[in-house]
Formats: sequence, C-alpha cells, structure tokens
Amino acid sequence: MTFPQDTEYATWYEREWVVGVSVRHALLALLSEGPKYGLQLRQEFEARTGEVWPLNIGQVYTTLQRLERDGLVESDDTEMDGPQKGFRITSAGRAELDEWLRTPPEDTVPPRDELVIKVLVALGLPGVDVPELLQVHRHRLVELMQRYTRLKEDALEDVGVALVVDAEIFRLDAMIRWLDSADARVRRLPAATAVNAASVASGPRRRLGARR
Amino acid sequence: MTAALELRRVSKDFGSGPTEVHALREVDLRVEAGELVAVMGPSGSGKSTLLTIAGTLEEPTSGDVVLGGREVSRMSRNDRAGLRRHSVGYVFQDFNLLAGLTAVENVALPLELDGMGARAAARSGQEALGRMGLAEQADRYPDELSGGERQRVAIARAVVGERRVVLADEPTGALDSVNGEAVMRLLRAACKRGVAGVVVTHDAQLASWADRVVFLRDGRVVDQTGPPPGVESLLAPGPSS
Repeated sequence: MTFPQDTEYATWYEREWVVGVSVRHALLALLSEGPKYGLQLRQEFEARTGEVWPLNIGQVYTTLQRLERDGLVESDDTEMDGPQKGFRITSAGRAELDEWLRTPPEDTVPPRDELVIKVLVALGLPGVDVPELLQVHRHRLVELMQRYTRLKEDALEDVGVALVVDAEIFRLDAMIRWLDSADARVRRLPAATAVNAASVASGPRRRLGARR
Repeated sequence: MTAALELRRVSKDFGSGPTEVHALREVDLRVEAGELVAVMGPSGSGKSTLLTIAGTLEEPTSGDVVLGGREVSRMSRNDRAGLRRHSVGYVFQDFNLLAGLTAVENVALPLELDGMGARAAARSGQEALGRMGLAEQADRYPDELSGGERQRVAIARAVVGERRVVLADEPTGALDSVNGEAVMRLLRAACKRGVAGVVVTHDAQLASWADRVVFLRDGRVVDQTGPPPGVESLLAPGPSS
C-alpha cells in the first residue's frame, strides 16, 4: 500500500506490517479459526484491516509457501497452486502465533525522526522561516488526519477499522503535538542569530548520533 | 449564497499604548450552513476571542460579523440579544449546565427564554435529547449524569429549536477520547442537518472532525485545509509484485 502524496509520513505498517514479517502472523491468526483458501485469506485480511492495507494475492501465496516450508501450516495434498488450495494451521503454527502475540513490538526508529532532522537542519539555515516550515508539515498532517477521521466516521460499527484508524490518528497526533511544541520553543528563542540557531541544531544531532 | 456566519476583516484589541494586545487581526472567516469548521491554534492565538465575537458576546474593534445575512453591528442591543438567543448555540468545555434543572429543562431553557411556551419547549428539548441518545436521561439532574452525557446535553441545548450556528470552545476538553469522539460525531450530525458549526481547539484530533481546519497564529489566519478528499485516497493499492 502507498500513500501517494504522503510518502514522507509513510508508516511503519507499510514497511513492517504489510510487506514484512507480520503478514505471516496475520495469516496464521486467520487460519487459527479454521482451514481456508488463499483467496479467502486475502479477502478476510483486507476486510479486518478496514481495507486500509490491501494485499496482493502474490504476497499471500509467497507467505503461505514460507509458512508451509517452516512447518507452521499444512496445505491440501494437491500439486496445483491456486485459489482453491486449502491451508490449515499446525500446532507449531499455533505456538508461533501465541509467541508473537506476546512479544513486544520491535522498537524501530519512528518515522517522525525524519521530520525532527528536517526541522533541526532548518534551524541552522539562514533565511528559513521555521514556524512557516512547521506549518507546512502541520497542514499536511492535519489533512491526513481529517481523511482518517472520515474513514472512522463512515465505519461506525466496525471495531477493527476503528482500531486500525485510531492507531494512525494517534501516531499523526503525536507528530502534530511535537510540531506544536517545536513551534513554541522556536518562538521563545531570543531573536536568534544564525550562530545560536546552528548550535541549537548541532547539539541534539550529536547526541542522537552517539546513541545509535 | 449567504453564509450562515461571516467574519469580515475582524480585529480585536485589548488595552492601549504599550500594553495593547492585538487579539485578532483582520480575520476573514466564512462558514456555510451544513459546514463544520475547526479553528486551531495554541493558547493565546485568539481563538476564544474569535468565538465570542462570532457569537456576538463581544464586539470587534473593527470589522463586521454577519449572521444569517445580517450585519450584527447595525442591529440594536435588543435585536442582537434576540438573534443570539434563537440563532446561536454555545458549547463550552465545562458544559455550563444549571445544576438545579434536569437535562430536559436545561435543553428547553433557551427556548423558554425566547418566549416559547413551557410545554412546547419541553417537547423540543426531549426531541433534541433523543437525537443525542439521551431520551432516557431527560429527567436526571446534571450531577446524576456522566461527563460524556453532560456534554451531550450541552450539545442538545446548543442545537435545540431553530439554531443556525453552533459555536464550541474545546468541547471535548475534559472527556476521554472515546467520549470525545461521540461528542464530535453528534456535532457533525447536527451540522449535516444544516447547522453551521465552529469549533475552536488546540487539539488536532478534535479538529480533524471538521470539514475545514483554519489555523490561527497571533490573531491571524495563517493557513487552512480544504475539505478532505474521499477516503479512497487512503486505499490506493500498493505496487504489484
């Protein structure tokens, strides 16, 4: 899935969830309810994530093949791959699913770091109107949040969609609140000389660098 | 088309000389019937002043407020008070319900103040509470209601009768996010029935319920979002592999 106009704010879901490891576990979860066909798995996955994360059928089959190779699912004894081939979860698959549910999510570097870096760089550059730059990002994020809120509004009865959309909205909210606090801090700076601003910018960057 | 609410180059100054504060500077804002607009800005950006001026509770230093096509500055005090009573509803962060009145009495109060008979006012009040999902709670007093229920009563009071404009100041302030969401759903539903709504807030989640978000900084409108495109734009399929 892509956000055509919002690649800067692309979510960890896109990188980690949909194209990555967790499609495995989503499929295991669906199979834990009973045997299913590949096409059915794709439809159910999309329905339960509010169609926010479309999967292509190739992704589903590739993942199923890996699960089968690892002994986590079994398929019908047909040589044919295709929409009519059924899959079942194995006991090893159930154990893997249970283990995954209880494992804390990976502490990946959040995407807002890119925004932080941009604002830090802007602080050190002469002639950049930082509050205006912050507003450019705030505008885009609020607009994106409006679209998610509309999605939630339209899906009143669907808890799955509400949960998925809430996660996105809270993530965007955190970024907007950071922009707001950055705005307040920047406005509180004494009529900043470029040198002052540059030292503000380089200090935190050094520390960030050292931590990694 | 006449906007339900219009601010034309509205400025508001407090104090004078070295202590003069420009709370609003030449603010233009137009809200159509059926539209919910959020005004977003930090503390001190002028958003509460904007709301009190839009609601004719305060006069601008310069510029005009136009409600339903009528310039407020040209109206007499009495006409202005009448317009305020029957056309404008307010929702505040702390609900402002009268403790000695039941839910339905609170909701019916503005209608009675506006001269409607008690029985007809109570009927309209009951109807408005029903739309907020509070038909059963009509005879309870505010201290017998939860925070979320109290705020829904406040919204019912703001939209009861023939109100054309609803003004809300941080209306979900004290509520948790699920109750806050319920309040915003109801405000949006009221707007869809033809009311023009303005919500002022510093909270992006609350603002995101609006059709349009106006950003206020230091008393000026610095930017605004358009109406959001359809949700389809979030559902673009990924690159096929």
